[in-house]
Amino acid sequence: MSKDNIPLWSPEHLPLLPQRLVEMILANLGAPEWLVSISGFMVAASTVLAVFMTAFALLSLIERKTLARAQNRIGPNRAGWFGILQPVADGIKMLTKEDIVPARAVKLLHLLAPILIVLPAILALGVIPYGREWTPVPLELGLLFFFAVGSMTELSVFMAGWASGSKFPMLGAMRAISQMVSYELPLIITALGVVMVSGTLSLPEIVQQQGGGFWHWNVCTPWGIVAGLLFYVCTIAEANRCPFDLPEGESEIVAGHMTEYSGFKYALFFMGEYLGLFAIAGLFVTLFLGGWQAPLPGLGLVPTWLWFFGKLALVIFSYLWIRATFPRLRIDQLMRFAWLCMIPMALLTLPAAAIWHYMGRGPLSWMVVLPLVLVPWVLVAVIFNKRLAPATRTYRFADG
Amino acid sequence: MQPTSANTPAQSPPEKPGRWMLPGLGLFQGLAVTGRNMVQSFYNKERMTTVQYPEERAPISPNFRNFPFLVYDGNSIDNLRCVACSICEKECPPQCIYIVLERDENGKSLKRPKIFDIDVSVCMNCGICAEVCPFDAIYMDGEYELATDDRFEGLLFHRERLAKSADYHMKLRPEQASEVIARRKAEEEKKAAAAAAKAAKAKADAESKKAAADARPADEKGGDA
Repeated sequence: MSKDNIPLWSPEHLPLLPQRLVEMILANLGAPEWLVSISGFMVAASTVLAVFMTAFALLSLIERKTLARAQNRIGPNRAGWFGILQPVADGIKMLTKEDIVPARAVKLLHLLAPILIVLPAILALGVIPYGREWTPVPLELGLLFFFAVGSMTELSVFMAGWASGSKFPMLGAMRAISQMVSYELPLIITALGVVMVSGTLSLPEIVQQQGGGFWHWNVCTPWGIVAGLLFYVCTIAEANRCPFDLPEGESEIVAGHMTEYSGFKYALFFMGEYLGLFAIAGLFVTLFLGGWQAPLPGLGLVPTWLWFFGKLALVIFSYLWIRATFPRLRIDQLMRFAWLCMIPMALLTLPAAAIWHYMGRGPLSWMVVLPLVLVPWVLVAVIFNKRLAPATRTYRFADG
Repeated sequence: MQPTSANTPAQSPPEKPGRWMLPGLGLFQGLAVTGRNMVQSFYNKERMTTVQYPEERAPISPNFRNFPFLVYDGNSIDNLRCVACSICEKECPPQCIYIVLERDENGKSLKRPKIFDIDVSVCMNCGICAEVCPFDAIYMDGEYELATDDRFEGLLFHRERLAKSADYHMKLRPEQASEVIARRKAEEEKKAAAAAAKAAKAKADAESKKAAADARPADEKGGDA
């Protein structure tokens, strides 16, 4: 990257400003090359972290406000102006609470689990391209890296459930494992379609190929709309959000794997959950909604990272809306949906994406690919619309 | 488990021919409901289900009842309707009422309580005291902000705190209070009428006696009745 010929204060490079400033100062002070690059990397990582920590704090408030509005309430409005200080109050409360470790807990794993749930989320956030010039770690195999660290989340959730030495966390962890493993399959298969069409695993490159208006985004292709929808549903399940929030299931199993946690460890779980939500929603935006690309050509003046965060905000808002609307699934419904509907549909998008890739963009390929995904879609919808439960509930023992 | 509808064919209702709907449409109907709430709750105040509590309060129902209070007529606490008959004290299931009758120096009852205490930390809001009171003197209150940092003295309500005017009762539960007042008025009128009738009768008796006494000496003097 040739950073010397671009103006320091351009809005496009604003997020890179701290990194470049530190590098410039260190270079002028005569620091060795390795120190300059390491310091630059650390500042870049801190920038991402600062952005998403702020977003996490804001989201915890916005989520409560949105849910309240969906239920005709006002939501938190006491701490500060419109409740803007509520996250601060929550943070202080969490920090000052007693940290309780159950007597039967496995102490080391109990301590490690909340740390290990935040770690992969932060790592995954590193490879996402936020703007044309702003990819913290422009990895060649960014998508692979994302899924590799993303699957660590399951491990830490199960670690928390196992190490708590109690029943509800164990139940929640078992649910979490079965759910996350089931939904990771269609998640990765649909992402594979994008990889097949783009021919690369590098996330900045995938975004680059979706440039030139919203009709070039992957979601605006016949296979992409199906794959995008499947991917979207999987992101909700991966982030353990309503209606797939069975691992927490507060009305059934207290708080799932977080039952035995309190104080700052509990806050860490929430932080990991929200950062993971940002990461996976960011991946959805990157793969299907054109990442930082502007929706229409000729909007070059707006810094590209604004487009990314605008799209991210829309996706997150859709999560909140869904949470405000739908009830939680039962575990058998969840599993049936994943294995009988999501995975076959996801597999079907693969040949569709392949055909699309070889036929190129055009009306003919629309005519070929659209039936290929639409017919199974309708079939699955009709089959699933049938009543799967028995018409009348029968009680084996209580009848009489 | 297999459905055992074959065992109970009579109980299974016939399948309703439901209106065909696009599969998945219900999801969007649900989203529309919450979406409407999200938008309309910003300008339509009637939609709001909550009130901002310390600043505004939801109106309490006339049937809302909390700890009991004593009713007095007029403006003075001395006009308590309570006559210290101790019926409520005896009926109270958790026995949270303590009454001492006021007497004058000769030991004669003044028909009012010297001490009337209710321990609201014991009271269970059953309302039996209000039901059994034959003098309409005790009713259930509507006050609910009774938190205190003194759990012994602060929750032991004395006569002065319990006493509330009949106007307060009227404001709290207009239907009940007006019914009570009407009944009391009718009773008073009846009593007054009875007293008047008694007085009239006594007067008439006296007059007739006098008349008889006047008349008797006329025909047979010296004879006593």
